Amino acid sequence: MITIVNYGIGNLGSMLNMFRHIGVKATIESDPVIIQKAEKLVLPGVGSFDAAMNNINSIAGLRDVLDYKALAERIPILGVCLGMQLLTRFSEEGKEPGLGWIPSRTCRFPKHTNLKVPHMGWNVALPNKPNLLTKQLSDNSRFYFVHSYYVKVDDPVHSIMRTHYDIDFDSAIEKDNIYGVQFHPEKSHKNGMQILKNFSLI
Amino acid sequence: MLSKRIIPCLLLKDHRLVKTKKFKNPNYIGDPCNTIRIFNELEVDELILLDINSHSNNHEINYSLLKDIATEAFMPMSYGGGIRTLDQARKIFEIGFEKIILNSLIFSSPSTVKKIVDEFGSQAVAASVDYKHNFFNKKNYVYINSGKINTGILVLDYCKNLMNLEIGEIFLTSINREGTWSGFDIETIEKIEKNVNVPLIAHGGCGSSEDIKTLLKLDICSLGIGSLVVYSKKDKGVLINMPNRFNV
Repeated sequence: MITIVNYGIGNLGSMLNMFRHIGVKATIESDPVIIQKAEKLVLPGVGSFDAAMNNINSIAGLRDVLDYKALAERIPILGVCLGMQLLTRFSEEGKEPGLGWIPSRTCRFPKHTNLKVPHMGWNVALPNKPNLLTKQLSDNSRFYFVHSYYVKVDDPVHSIMRTHYDIDFDSAIEKDNIYGVQFHPEKSHKNGMQILKNFSLI
Repeated sequence: MLSKRIIPCLLLKDHRLVKTKKFKNPNYIGDPCNTIRIFNELEVDELILLDINSHSNNHEINYSLLKDIATEAFMPMSYGGGIRTLDQARKIFEIGFEKIILNSLIFSSPSTVKKIVDEFGSQAVAASVDYKHNFFNKKNYVYINSGKINTGILVLDYCKNLMNLEIGEIFLTSINREGTWSGFDIETIEKIEKNVNVPLIAHGGCGSSEDIKTLLKLDICSLGIGSLVVYSKKDKGVLINMPNRFNV
């Protein structure tokens, strides 16, 4: 059973639909008491970094439960899009500290005239080392991206996929039980289904 | 490398999919959910769904139909038509749409647009810009209310101005060419593309793989197609299909 964390921001419906489609049981929860019992967590998210962190911190008990599940109980956790950026220490988008579970930062794409931001559309995410999350993906797997900020890991050992858009950035990251993907697997047809299926089997 | 997106644009009217010509004469195409299922199989890049009836009296956003559609769709989905408030926008995101498309609201209430962008981020909000060519003075003007009201604003000025609202994308439609199979309005598309720093979806007039090829050679992020994906040929019967991106 996968628990999709509802912290009042983000597109939860499509994530739930996709898990159901691939035959994985999933539920949406915002109550820390129920999340306390979760076996696997998905942190979705669209919107701004500060709004997301403020929401997480303002639901009584949620932050503590998430930290406990991630760092003490160490259940598999997948951050998606903004949910991946929240795994970093901070973002150039806002002032609030992130969850900081993976040593990394969230940066803005370079500002120059001919680079369109957000990075929006289908792009290749290239696995750069074998990993449970990226099993059975081909080298030119395309995924759907929509974001204006990107994640940079402190130590390349935590990068599991790279993508090029003006610069090379970390499009999937992993540290122990914690995973993050910048693209939207729930909107990336078969490749996205493979990622979510892999996550459900971790 | 980022692929350019080829996006089917579907029009909704009273629970049914239709296709118009120059924003008029809606012709029945089929059931929206069945059509979305076909596009899933075809693995399309993205889908745009527009309710063209949103300016009729008593129009309400059909959330239950949108929910059925979102449940079927495993590609990015945008919805436009009749969104007037932050709450309506929130509902559509909750249902499972990635993006909303705003048109008349940008003109009538930029402050509401700003609120939506602040809450959901630029990437979740696209501006639909419909323009019509004035054959007397040879200029292009923006129309709102499903192409019924001339704002008197030149399309280029309007698009430049959108940057202040921090909207993430522009969905640009030539009313004169929509549904006509006559090719894209390359001149206007190029001019606008050079003057905005967000992705542009060019729409209106696409009638062949050649039209797609021509546009993809330019610096345009993406293009929208309507007639080509719902008809087998010009003036022929309904056939849901998708030009193969490797053949164009």
